[in-house]
Amino acid sequence: MPFLISFLEGLGKLTISFLTTLGEATCLTLSAIGLAFQPPYQPKMVLRQSYLIGVTALPIVIFTGIFTGLVVATQGYYQLRVLSAEGTIGGFVSVTIIKELGLVVPAFVMAGRIGASITAELGTMKVTEQIDALEVMAVDPVKYLVVPRLVACTIMLPVLSMFSIAFGLAGGYFVVIKLFNMNGNFFLKNLRAFMYLSSILVSAVKATAFGTSIAIVGCYKGFSVSSADGAEGVGRATTGSAVTAIMIILIIDFFLNHLLYAVLNFK
Amino acid sequence: MIEVKDLWKSFGENQVLTGIDLHIPRGETLVIMGPSGCGKSVLLRLLTGLMKPDRGQIWFDGLEISTFSKKKLVPIRRRLGMLFQSAALFDFMTVEENVGFTLTQHQGMQNVHSIAKEKLKLVDLHNVEQLKPAEISGGMRKRVGLARAIADDPEVIFYDEPTTGLDPVTGDEINQLMFNLHEKLNVTSVIVTHDMDSAFFVATRMVMLHRGRVIAEGTPEEMKAEENPIVRQFIYSGSRKILDPHLKDTGETIERVES
Repeated sequence: MPFLISFLEGLGKLTISFLTTLGEATCLTLSAIGLAFQPPYQPKMVLRQSYLIGVTALPIVIFTGIFTGLVVATQGYYQLRVLSAEGTIGGFVSVTIIKELGLVVPAFVMAGRIGASITAELGTMKVTEQIDALEVMAVDPVKYLVVPRLVACTIMLPVLSMFSIAFGLAGGYFVVIKLFNMNGNFFLKNLRAFMYLSSILVSAVKATAFGTSIAIVGCYKGFSVSSADGAEGVGRATTGSAVTAIMIILIIDFFLNHLLYAVLNFK
Repeated sequence: MIEVKDLWKSFGENQVLTGIDLHIPRGETLVIMGPSGCGKSVLLRLLTGLMKPDRGQIWFDGLEISTFSKKKLVPIRRRLGMLFQSAALFDFMTVEENVGFTLTQHQGMQNVHSIAKEKLKLVDLHNVEQLKPAEISGGMRKRVGLARAIADDPEVIFYDEPTTGLDPVTGDEINQLMFNLHEKLNVTSVIVTHDMDSAFFVATRMVMLHRGRVIAEGTPEEMKAEENPIVRQFIYSGSRKILDPHLKDTGETIERVES
């Protein structure tokens, strides 16, 4: 009986903590979205964050994009060969890269790179009283710090995903032509047959949602560090930020796939 | 100018402030002192609206601000400046951008160079405008923090442990700066410190907190004569020397200057 009581207590605490976090994160999201449309705007901060989030991450996104394409094409070719369907490799690469891996892989990379970096930066600002300083100077930290990161992440993730998709398809093309000596035109024809404009638009929508969640998780985790937590707290929040963002990306991916492809019947 | 009535604050089971009453008239330099953990930094955070009290009232120029929302606090906060213990400079900005931050944010000023230079001159800093906070010393960071605090010509300046972490010479320089700023700008100053040399150098009035309550209050002279053993022990064991702001070092002799 005492075991059951302590189990229920633990479950209750976990539920309260989960709901509190969800509530706070939702409030932060709504507040940031509301403030994003209110002047004064922060174009310099948005540009700075867009550069940090987008431009500096481009090489790694291209690198992961190419290798995702190489891996997908290689694995796809061997699996399809078992079914004597290697001729459809173009379509396989197209669907896998455009609808899933071309988005999810860069989103994971960005969660680890940008989400964690946002948490570390804001967490350090919290510990060193810089966020208190903003408040005392009558500057809203959500407006000044969260909004530019949210806007930049939301805009840059779809852009980076398009680069990842393009280089992923190029990687797949390279493998099929050079390693498996297939006809390039046949591969491209097959690839185009499975490539729809609506798929690319859906991918852009999904990437936008991934970008928003990476920024919100990063900012929320950074703000949740208290000045007493010190460097250890910043480290903990940073790791938590990357893990949470990756989990949320997968959850969003599942629900958006279901909504957009199954319910709304996008191709 | 600032009135605190029966202020209480706790964190969980830990009761930090237990009924604080304070009156801070315009133009006064009030030092809030006390041992570590007595609640003086919490009191400062309550006064600046960074925390909400559990009970009690904080009046600022006739307005009860303890229940104000962040949005409603904006016009009040624009009349305040604060020097943080760690200076809290924005490390991604230059010194100039830090000093001019409130002006760019609230007045939309794009070029803050001349104002930043003027404010930095007031705290005896020259040719550091384009440096990043990481490139300057701890004492210089405090001065930049002070220049930032006075950039928008505040009516009240709050100082949180202004000399903590500084060597004695730099600490004395900061004391002199606080004293000079008060004389030049005629602002109301609220200083939280446990540095007794600093406290006696700048204060026009002092209060001592102990276990969340005010246990002594008065002018520096009255505090020196205070008979409460806790106050006496705190004041006399914490002081290197009881400094007098009216004694000026001319370079060759120490002279008394009557203000």
